[in-house]
Amino acid sequence: MEKRVVFRSSWLPWLLILPQMAVIMIFFFWPAGQAILQSLQQQDAFGTSIVFVGLDNFRQLIDDPSYIASFKTTAFFSVLVASIGICLALLLAVFADRIVRGGVFYKTLLILPYAVAPSVAAVLWVFMFSPSLGVVSYALGKINIDWNHLVNSGQATALIVMAAIWKQLSYNFLFFLAGLQSIPKSLIEAAAIDGARPWRRFWTVQFPLLTPTTFFLLVINVVYAFFDTFAIVDAATHGGPGQDTSILVYKVYHDGFKALDLGGSAAQSVVLMVIVVALTVIQFRYVEKKVNY
Amino acid sequence: MVEKRGTKGILAHVVMVLGVLVVAFPIYLAFVASTHTAQEIVQAPMPLLPGANFWDSYKAALFGRETSNASNAPVLRMMWISLVTALTIAIGKIAISLLSAFAIVYFKFPFRKTVFWLIFITLMLPVEVRILPTYKVLSDLHLLNTYAGLSVPLIASATATFLFRQFFMTVPDELTEASRIDGASPMRFFIDVLVPLSKTSIAALFVIQFIYGWNQYLWPLLATTSEDMYPVVVGIKLMIAGGDASNEWNVVMATAIMAMLPPALVVVLMQKWFVKGLVDTEK
Repeated sequence: MEKRVVFRSSWLPWLLILPQMAVIMIFFFWPAGQAILQSLQQQDAFGTSIVFVGLDNFRQLIDDPSYIASFKTTAFFSVLVASIGICLALLLAVFADRIVRGGVFYKTLLILPYAVAPSVAAVLWVFMFSPSLGVVSYALGKINIDWNHLVNSGQATALIVMAAIWKQLSYNFLFFLAGLQSIPKSLIEAAAIDGARPWRRFWTVQFPLLTPTTFFLLVINVVYAFFDTFAIVDAATHGGPGQDTSILVYKVYHDGFKALDLGGSAAQSVVLMVIVVALTVIQFRYVEKKVNY
Repeated sequence: MVEKRGTKGILAHVVMVLGVLVVAFPIYLAFVASTHTAQEIVQAPMPLLPGANFWDSYKAALFGRETSNASNAPVLRMMWISLVTALTIAIGKIAISLLSAFAIVYFKFPFRKTVFWLIFITLMLPVEVRILPTYKVLSDLHLLNTYAGLSVPLIASATATFLFRQFFMTVPDELTEASRIDGASPMRFFIDVLVPLSKTSIAALFVIQFIYGWNQYLWPLLATTSEDMYPVVVGIKLMIAGGDASNEWNVVMATAIMAMLPPALVVVLMQKWFVKGLVDTEK
């Protein structure tokens, strides 16, 4: 795409892009380059000596059982967040789409979690599930479920999964609702005339047409679970008990800032960069496909 | 209408009411807790209806209090920092993205494609993957604990630049022709024609970016070391550091409610632009 009519000036365009270029050079490319450089170096905590070690940091990561464990935790966590979150949002969107009156009321309440910061969401859920005074943990105690996410790693994982899904539900819901509302009514009417009941109409007409939306949300939710949930983990569990909810991003932060293992943390950053780039490529591949439909 | 509603419509309402109840319950509970005293909350089960301690809880949260073993920084200060940061991020992003999109679309200059790709790549580098080096840059520039340090690194945004680029592409060339014939300079055209035409996109983007800025957590955690520069979403985490028994949950929940109020108001009051912004920025 090119504009037919353009302005001519040798200096103005440079002046116009200067602010953005300055910010991305200083705060994106320089640090990213540093991360790659540091991942190939070993440095002591005081920064007095730096040795070039090649891929040693990466080898150490692969050999480190706690890193592999963190990888598994993250994978498990993101599968749960993405799959449950998408299913719930789809369910709500399908019913919201059928409602003629009062739809705005439900919609307004359902989009509220989007406005809640992840750390605040974590605080709300910790409060509900607090072992000693939480309302939900009290109710669970009544049916003989002993809830304590501070010692039980399964329950800790469940807690951050629930908080993460809750926070992302609005986003998924809005995209499904927009997708459903863009399906031509004539298609659904035609199916109805052919005698298809609502349930069947959903699976044979609406759901197939929602595939692009679903796939898009799948990628977005995985990215969300990988990166944006840092605040939830940090505020709700601190990666604990032990390191059982320490997802990859949390580990980069912890190893770099708390344990001061600069080379190791940088190597982890580089691994994360590779993952983001891969996910972005998948997403754009898919976007291209959608355009070709 | 496909078929008569009747029972089907009732089922839809039942599902939606259940969904809304589950989704709104954490927020409702936070509000209820913020209207009780700390002692009332600690007795399990806590009351599920609002109490009479509303003013005291919010006053204690807003202005800080004397007796406290957890963090007792006044929330008013944190809210102010959050507000300044969020506004700077939203307005700054929109401003620099408008300018660079204008340059990329309306000018031919060497390395234009390169510039475009450089901006594009930043999409792939969220702050989470370059935590330490970015922190280093910030401390080298002496920007720790400043408003600039909190906001400027988050201002560069590929999404906003792309959004404006897409939009400028749809602006008819005749408008550009006309203003050139009238002898308007490029900046005149930009200010008098392009920016007014972009009003809806700007509003939509503002809503999304304001919430983005307000809810930032990891970056402020790195960029600030002193309590009087914490935005509210970071500050609230320090309040629950004391453990179940010593936390003043009523104050914590009052803080939570206040922390979600500004973005929630923006979302609800600007709902139309919010949905548009959400869908547009992801295209």
